Amino acid sequence: MHAPGSSIESALGVGELAGYAKESLEAAFPGLWVKGEVSNFKRHSNGHWYFSLKDAAGQLPAVVWARDARRIPAPPDEGMSVFARGTLSLWTGQGKLQFMVDALEAEGAGLWQKAFDALKAKLDTEGLTAESRKRRLPKYPAHVAVITSGDGAAWRDIEAVIRRRHPGVHLTLIPAVVQGELAPASLVQALERLGRWGGADVVIIGRGGGSREDLWAFNHESVARAVAACPIPVISAVGHETDFTITDYVADLRAATPSVAAERAVPVLDELRDGVRALGGRLSDALEDRVDREGRRLRAHADGLRLRAARAVERRRARIERVAGRLEALSPLGVLARGFAVARGADGRPLARRAAFTVGEPFDLLLTDGRVTARTESIDASAPHLRTG
Amino acid sequence: MTFEETLARLEEIAQALDRDDLPLEQALRLFEEGIVRLREASAVLAEADGTVRTLVETAEGVFEARS
Repeated sequence: MHAPGSSIESALGVGELAGYAKESLEAAFPGLWVKGEVSNFKRHSNGHWYFSLKDAAGQLPAVVWARDARRIPAPPDEGMSVFARGTLSLWTGQGKLQFMVDALEAEGAGLWQKAFDALKAKLDTEGLTAESRKRRLPKYPAHVAVITSGDGAAWRDIEAVIRRRHPGVHLTLIPAVVQGELAPASLVQALERLGRWGGADVVIIGRGGGSREDLWAFNHESVARAVAACPIPVISAVGHETDFTITDYVADLRAATPSVAAERAVPVLDELRDGVRALGGRLSDALEDRVDREGRRLRAHADGLRLRAARAVERRRARIERVAGRLEALSPLGVLARGFAVARGADGRPLARRAAFTVGEPFDLLLTDGRVTARTESIDASAPHLRTG
Repeated sequence: MTFEETLARLEEIAQALDRDDLPLEQALRLFEEGIVRLREASAVLAEADGTVRTLVETAEGVFEARS
């Protein structure tokens, strides 16, 4: 047997040779990172991306199959400097070199930033990130829901912080995948589940720290929209303090970390108790003050009343005394008390003169302590007159 | 009435009681209400055994919270 292609008899078919070439190329250049500029970028309707990678010295046709394109945050711009990872191959049908790209990174923040900025701008325009849309968190939630991975540090931190601050608050985990290709759909599903369930007052959605790729689900449009549609206030807590995600902008509150989110969600029970006690104190103080004030007013009224009554009695007593003094001075009883007597006829009229008496007639003598019946024995005109004139 | 509303009502009552133009009888009625609300608020805070659960949705769309 001659080696294939060594003679006319063993000549290879074109496709056969191209197939060999393809195999050797792929074996010789598997999974390499290549640096170059993007030109002639085209996105095909079937989801594949076609472009050329080039630099001053060369040019290479490149393709990103749709299944790989989905994992790249945004298509590259024309002329963008990129790093592409892929396998060099041969497009046998056309006899053309083809670099099959499975990962693409722009220099610096690059494509991630581009995708982020584009989505942020879109949501800004729709008003989903507006300050005016932000709802106030409930001050005293009875039930907090958490959407995160049940195995992650975020859930452990949140649970610990909430238990420590307020052991009375109910806590429910809604488990979700928080990284990888399944994460966006899983987070959206958890948010929808939360809405249908309706048992919580506030929800924390997030995860612990990780790489940009790890956190990428929280920059996904579907997650952002599900957060915006959530019927209860949402606290977003993704990664560390320096990590900002689209979810953070759409949520009602961005917390720097999951622990901070737990602190913002739940008040400290002891402080609440102090607050209620203080309110009780204020109530009793206010009422005590009020009763004191009313008491003082009442006493003031009573004092005024007593004073006026005493004065009225005093005035009347003084008048009575004055009248009594005058009466005494005028009273014939006073004269009688000094030993004088008054003579009165049978008809009661006073017998003040000689002429009023008749010998043999009875008359009354009025004394200070009673009455004596007397009779006129004789009338003597020679007795001295008590009255002159 | 939620806990938040109860606290707001207590605040309102305390402020009303501070006012002189409120008739005494009304002040006493408000105070009585305040005591009732205080008891309610304290009772809520006394329930210090919150649960920790995982939400599970069954195929029929029924939710269960499992410990």
